[in-house]
Amino acid sequence: MIATLGLAALWLAAALAVLQLIGSVAALRRSDNPLGPVIRPAAAVQGALVAISFACLIAAFVETDLSTKLVAANSHSLKPMLFKVAATWGNHEGSMLLWVTIMALGGAFVALFEKRLPEPAMLATLAAQAFVSLGFYAFLLIASNPFARLDPVPAEGQGLNPLLQDPGLAFHPPTLYIGYVGLSIAFSFAVGALITREVTPAFARAMRPWVLGAWIFLTLGIVAGSYWAYYTLGWGGWWFWDPVENASLMPWLAATALLHSVSVLAARNALRAWTVMLGVIAFSMSMIGTFLVRSGVLVSVHAFAVDPLRGEFILALLAINIGAALTVFALRAGSVAEGERFAVTSREAALVFNNVMLSGILGIVLIGTLYPLLAEALGARVSVGPPYFNAASAIFAIPMLLVLMVGPLLNWRRDRLGRLSGRVWLPFGIALVASAFALLRGVGLLPSLGLGVGLALIAASLMPLFGRKLRTVKLPLWGMVLAHFGAAVALLGMASDSAFTREKLIAMNVGQSVEVGPWQIKLASISPVAGPNWTALQAGIEARYAGGAVWRLAPQQRAFWAPPQQVSHSALATRWNGQLYVVLGEQAEGGRWQLRMWWKPFVILIWLGGILVALGGLLSLVGRVASDVRRFTAIGKIAYRRARQGR
Amino acid sequence: MTTREDAPPGSRWALWAPLGLFAVFVAIVLFALLVPANRDIRSEMVGKPMPAFNLRAATAGLPGLARADLSNGKPHLVNIFASWCVPCAVEAPMLAELKRAGVDVVGIAIRDRPDDLALFLKRNGNPFSRIGADDSSHVQFEIGSSGVPESFVIDGKGVIRYQHIGVIQTRGHIDAILAAIKEAGA
Repeated sequence: MIATLGLAALWLAAALAVLQLIGSVAALRRSDNPLGPVIRPAAAVQGALVAISFACLIAAFVETDLSTKLVAANSHSLKPMLFKVAATWGNHEGSMLLWVTIMALGGAFVALFEKRLPEPAMLATLAAQAFVSLGFYAFLLIASNPFARLDPVPAEGQGLNPLLQDPGLAFHPPTLYIGYVGLSIAFSFAVGALITREVTPAFARAMRPWVLGAWIFLTLGIVAGSYWAYYTLGWGGWWFWDPVENASLMPWLAATALLHSVSVLAARNALRAWTVMLGVIAFSMSMIGTFLVRSGVLVSVHAFAVDPLRGEFILALLAINIGAALTVFALRAGSVAEGERFAVTSREAALVFNNVMLSGILGIVLIGTLYPLLAEALGARVSVGPPYFNAASAIFAIPMLLVLMVGPLLNWRRDRLGRLSGRVWLPFGIALVASAFALLRGVGLLPSLGLGVGLALIAASLMPLFGRKLRTVKLPLWGMVLAHFGAAVALLGMASDSAFTREKLIAMNVGQSVEVGPWQIKLASISPVAGPNWTALQAGIEARYAGGAVWRLAPQQRAFWAPPQQVSHSALATRWNGQLYVVLGEQAEGGRWQLRMWWKPFVILIWLGGILVALGGLLSLVGRVASDVRRFTAIGKIAYRRARQGR
Repeated sequence: MTTREDAPPGSRWALWAPLGLFAVFVAIVLFALLVPANRDIRSEMVGKPMPAFNLRAATAGLPGLARADLSNGKPHLVNIFASWCVPCAVEAPMLAELKRAGVDVVGIAIRDRPDDLALFLKRNGNPFSRIGADDSSHVQFEIGSSGVPESFVIDGKGVIRYQHIGVIQTRGHIDAILAAIKEAGA
């Protein structure tokens, strides 16, 4: 019953998307077309219908409706409630429905609240949004129906990958998806602006909150995913350059570049074609990432349902969407003037440099991710790993971060470095001294540079606040400072983790002790424990930091029974200056237990920095939206007064 | 809004470059999608001599296996298997056929127990002249095998000549192995 309702709502929403596309194209051709006024309501109702459809799927999972094939395949009546709900999007069909839900809700919000753009640009934007959505509706309804039924109804469901039974993961995919799909709004804005040739500061200001919003979620999603991988996979690493991670990093890089170039367009009416291009690329990267992950063309630790037919469908979708957008770009970008000029030392130029470097990293990641495919087509087998990605992306990242120390201090249009010299030399000095000191202490080149640049950037990121009355500083500036500060914090965490981590792999008897960095670690006990759908062997670990008080850790080796699978559950002790990470392995000869332990100084800064970056984005978003609301209220009041006086 | 229709022709063409690059991307992934990748990881050891090893007898009644046994001038088929491996039981008749064709089949049993192995041989027949017990998968890793069952053709000097990944199942598999044995013996 619920499944039928959900499917019906989905079909209705798809029908409204058709109406939205045809109607807005018709209204673009003739402004007096009767379909014109229907477009915005159609987009809004479409959003509501898809939301209902998604709610139906959640309901089916909550009550474990095993007549729905997706529930039977991915859930189990014994599963804890949180994971029943999370199972809704922990599979291919459900996650695609989530994708379409976010897309339709985004379209609905644009239709309801965006009042800044001229009507034709608005119609073109909604047409583009409908065009992209329709492809995904077709994919969902034809090739991955989440509401398919089972007859006869099975007695029990087939569970969920136990690795995915983790509260962190319950929220990681939706967060990332809001980011991925939120970029579709920027894509539609960009295409709409190209079609109507309205690439203006007003367009940039209209698009900016959507880019910011999507980017915040993308940032949080990547941070959460990284932390999840760090503590569940039990390898002690926080980033593996796995294709799926790269799939989320690429749209983030493009969105970060877009965020900066859209500011130039909004403030200075420059970088027009480039900003539009990035708007197209950001969502294209979301789609390409989804394709690479879902089609199975790349081998990854993330095993999603691999189905070549689905792969072909998504490829066709992205070829049509991206191909069409790039064709419109090629046809129209020539007629979009390049905009205002600026000098080599200016805020604009620094932002262009940032954009070029971010695009460089994006290129490095894209090439590294695709290279195994290309090599295989040529008959060779290669895998591309951290040595390539770390070094190649650092070539772009380090200069970018150096320019970041100065960029925010520069004036728009034209500036002299001499004006800043007093403030510029301090951070550069810090960077040089700290890097040299680390190098001399035997730290590797990249971590040394990371430490130096990170410390310098901590100081430099705060400099835009110097000489200002803090109470009068606007929220977007606070946001920028916080985000740059967060980037510095994260960089320090990364550099510290790779420079100072201590690792120990050892087989221990119960009662034995060992030293890891400053920690004294004793294996006190091994005991069995039982959870709702697993049993485990649990190690009792007593750890002392530099002879201090005892920290008790309990890493487990869990055995799930539906489906049967062994999962190691790591244990962490978090101090202000780092994390102790303990994994219980298998039993070795002679009754000893394998333990793998890491002491990771300041590793937590990586995710803390990431969260600060996202918070910076949030401050900026709140500031922008609040000033928009104030402006519109003011304009509304004036218009109202004029209208009354005119009578 | 200012528009400029008189852009230089060079930059006009440059505007199509993103679409061109994207077309290249689509071509590459389409190729990868339509030509399913060969996911088998070939051993790097093919063409190289067997590593040194000396495995104890895996079950009563058959000798164990050492490298010396494989460099006695005669080609051998080394079958990596285990009694707990269901496909290995499926493979047993093919190994028997290879033995009838005159191939000296020796086994390396991975993480196995003598009793289980004896039962396995009783149930599925015994094509092996020797079986070594590889309790920690050590030899398996050394020769670059990533699973069970796998089979390697070793020539009379102890050099690995050919690798068959997975179950020996078809006429074609048997013919390929026989050809490799013949070549290794030549």
